[in-house]
Amino acid sequence: MDILLQLTFAGIGMGSIYALVALGLVLIYRATSVVNFAQGDFAMFAAFLMVLAHLHLGLPYWASFLVALAGMVAFGLIFNYGVYYPLRNRSYLPVLISTLGASIVIQNSVLAAYGPHPANLPGALSFQGFQVGSVFLDGQYLVIIAATAALVLLQHLFFEKTIVGKQLQATSQDKEMASLLGVPVKIMIAITFIYSAVLGGVAGVLVGPIIYVSIGMGGAIALKAFAATIIGGFGDIKGAIIGGVVLGIIETFGAAFISVPYKDAFAFIVLFAFLMVRPQGIFGEKIAEKA
Amino acid sequence: MPSFLSVWLGRIGRELPLLLGGLAAVVLVLSVPMSGYATNIVMQATTYAVAVLGLTIVLGYAGQITLAQAAFFGIGAYAVAIGTVSLGLSFWGGLLLAMAASTVAGAVLGITSLRLGGHYLAMITIVFQQILSLVLTNWIEVSHGPDGIPGIPRPSLFGYTLSGSAGYLVFSIVCLTAVLIFVRILKHTRLGRSMEAVRDNELAASVAGVNTYRVKVVAFTLSALLGGIGGALFASGFSYVSPDQFSLAESIVFLTMALLGGAGSALGTAVGTVLLVLLPESLRFLKEIYMAVYGLSVILIMIFMPEGIAGFARRLTRRLRTPAVRPHHAPALHLHTVTSDHRDEPLLVVRGLAKHFGGLRALNNVDLAVRRNNIHALIGPNGSGKTTLVNVLSGIYKPTAGKIAFADEDVTGAAPHVLAGLGLSRTFQNIRLFRSMSCLENVMVGAQRPGNDLSDVHRDLVARSLAALHFVGMGDRADDSVANLSYGHQRMVEIARALAANPKLLLLDEPAAGLNLTEKQELVALLLRMKGLGLTILIIEHDMPLVEQVADSITVLNFGERISDGQPEAVLRDPAVISAYLGEGRAYAVA
Repeated sequence: MDILLQLTFAGIGMGSIYALVALGLVLIYRATSVVNFAQGDFAMFAAFLMVLAHLHLGLPYWASFLVALAGMVAFGLIFNYGVYYPLRNRSYLPVLISTLGASIVIQNSVLAAYGPHPANLPGALSFQGFQVGSVFLDGQYLVIIAATAALVLLQHLFFEKTIVGKQLQATSQDKEMASLLGVPVKIMIAITFIYSAVLGGVAGVLVGPIIYVSIGMGGAIALKAFAATIIGGFGDIKGAIIGGVVLGIIETFGAAFISVPYKDAFAFIVLFAFLMVRPQGIFGEKIAEKA
Repeated sequence: MPSFLSVWLGRIGRELPLLLGGLAAVVLVLSVPMSGYATNIVMQATTYAVAVLGLTIVLGYAGQITLAQAAFFGIGAYAVAIGTVSLGLSFWGGLLLAMAASTVAGAVLGITSLRLGGHYLAMITIVFQQILSLVLTNWIEVSHGPDGIPGIPRPSLFGYTLSGSAGYLVFSIVCLTAVLIFVRILKHTRLGRSMEAVRDNELAASVAGVNTYRVKVVAFTLSALLGGIGGALFASGFSYVSPDQFSLAESIVFLTMALLGGAGSALGTAVGTVLLVLLPESLRFLKEIYMAVYGLSVILIMIFMPEGIAGFARRLTRRLRTPAVRPHHAPALHLHTVTSDHRDEPLLVVRGLAKHFGGLRALNNVDLAVRRNNIHALIGPNGSGKTTLVNVLSGIYKPTAGKIAFADEDVTGAAPHVLAGLGLSRTFQNIRLFRSMSCLENVMVGAQRPGNDLSDVHRDLVARSLAALHFVGMGDRADDSVANLSYGHQRMVEIARALAANPKLLLLDEPAAGLNLTEKQELVALLLRMKGLGLTILIIEHDMPLVEQVADSITVLNFGERISDGQPEAVLRDPAVISAYLGEGRAYAVA
């Protein structure tokens, strides 16, 4: 029983990271109808910004964190104008391929600048965690879970209570109509990219201390985030969050009880199962094309 | 002679330049002494090109993205490696194993994932690619793990062993040339046209009789097979395989090769592959940032060269090409089935039809009977359910309740392509053509529907399509791209596509929408001429003068229910109809 609780805790922690990246994916998808295949690299890039600011420039942790987030704001803006904007009037396929290209650019630019060696990022807090009964609550996992919960709550308030939030919603539901009503759609989409980059960035900085910060970390996280969006219901915000957490738990249990080398495969097996039985996911509506 | 064969025999002559090109490459390889390094480069380019040509089929023709081509390449390569080294098969046995394994893997993945398509397909293929990489690395008993499998033999043929580099290169070039010609000719077959129709407009393809799911699965499987063959050639050529050769990064490289060359063009794909194999060598000075430049060029190709090198070359040579010669007097359009069928029972009988979207009752208890060789008009105010009815009749929506009988057969809930196969053709209110294809090709997709009265010969298909184009007055535009036509002309091509299928019943969804006065008069004449051919037509229309000119009978819908039905004179005087259109008070005034 204790081991189950312990694994569930770790699963929720890792799942929160998937949820953050999945959230970014879904927000961009809702605004642009395109899946961003570089979303995982947003997390990787931010983690390296953190490594640069904190470990190499010696800035304090929280200052480095702000530097990384500021970097992600610029990054999201550049991504919007460099990768999405020139192709915005084409079908999804060119944009999708363009984000794939961007993923290669980001990974290899970091590789060229930093080299292939992974870095070890310290955690946000100095305390290691504490014991509750027989379950050890690791400090960094607690930070991850708390930060994810806070972000999700803030985002909800932002979307429901602010004008910009409502304009973002309008943009994702009907761009033409929103534009006719005076919503600056182009700016809304740019904001979406920036916000998604920041979300990915937070995920990257938070997960850094748990897994090594490496060039390939984004790809692995992004695939799980994709799986999470489908399991939760493609394009559904609450589905992305719950899908991410569910996936984190499944993966942790799979690695503990079945096989470590195939750890990454469990998420995909669950994904295939969903695609067979319930492709619309937990919260999604039935997929249909309109005439 | 089946259409496929007749196309092949007709087209193979046009591929002579390619055959000569292949021959020249063979002569070059045999006569010029090459360093081991140069041999490797050429071998890599030829074997990769075979695999990338698979992407021409699935991405270029059928418009489905896959990020697992390196996985199928790997399956082929490992099948040969395991077959020859571990199981002791000859190369040919290994090749067969590779073809079987990649075909089965492709079919299974395609069958399970192609119902979804789009982004789902991209993700699922990435996942498949990742799982294969995991298996190749971790299933050490079979795959030998990260160390890979060395010592893969080369084949012998007619007593000659191809163990020498030059001999094996010739073998791979011959294989590549054959695959290249196959993929090029495929484009002009029924299957190839169906793929392109699915890519351009899936919904229009399905109502034109294309089983879109099956076509996508076939395209995906063929692509996997070519990936497997390429991998088999690669494994034997380099005599060594290891998991990192077949990673997701390789899949993206394959994709880039196809895009750079122009995924829709087989020759372009091959050129793109060769360029990208050679490019790394010339970009060595870039060292670490080489891959970053690579990714950047993917984005730049998407932005500035969406059709790749092939599209670029096409624009350059457009002026040099001479248009195909078409006969001035096209054969008259003969439609066979209807004229021999004078029976009195209605062709289409709808009883108690309902379609609900959640709580919205778009159609409720609708009855409808369309008599043979009649023009039956379906009218009603906006939002009365007319288009929903046509979408249910053509199989796009499944009815919530009720029965549909077409030509004495119960077709309730049948798929669009099945209905098209039974002789039901339609057009759309917002025109749906295959935008990258010519007028003739558009109409040929309609003409090639299953169960059409045409013989299986390619020539007949072309003749019927030309006849249909002439019938609607578009005969002289047969070779023009539909994207360049005016709105009215596009509408005519769409009607020709439906006509060429020799339908028993033609459904026209607001054909006069967006037409000017002259075009409307031409449409009236066309409708009457189509009726003269013996056709039965169900037409949705808002234009009352037009309806009065052509309709033999009228059904009126309002709020999803039938409110009137019968002869035009009676229906148009029906107080219920007048009040639906003009409001309650006016109806009393008229009455």
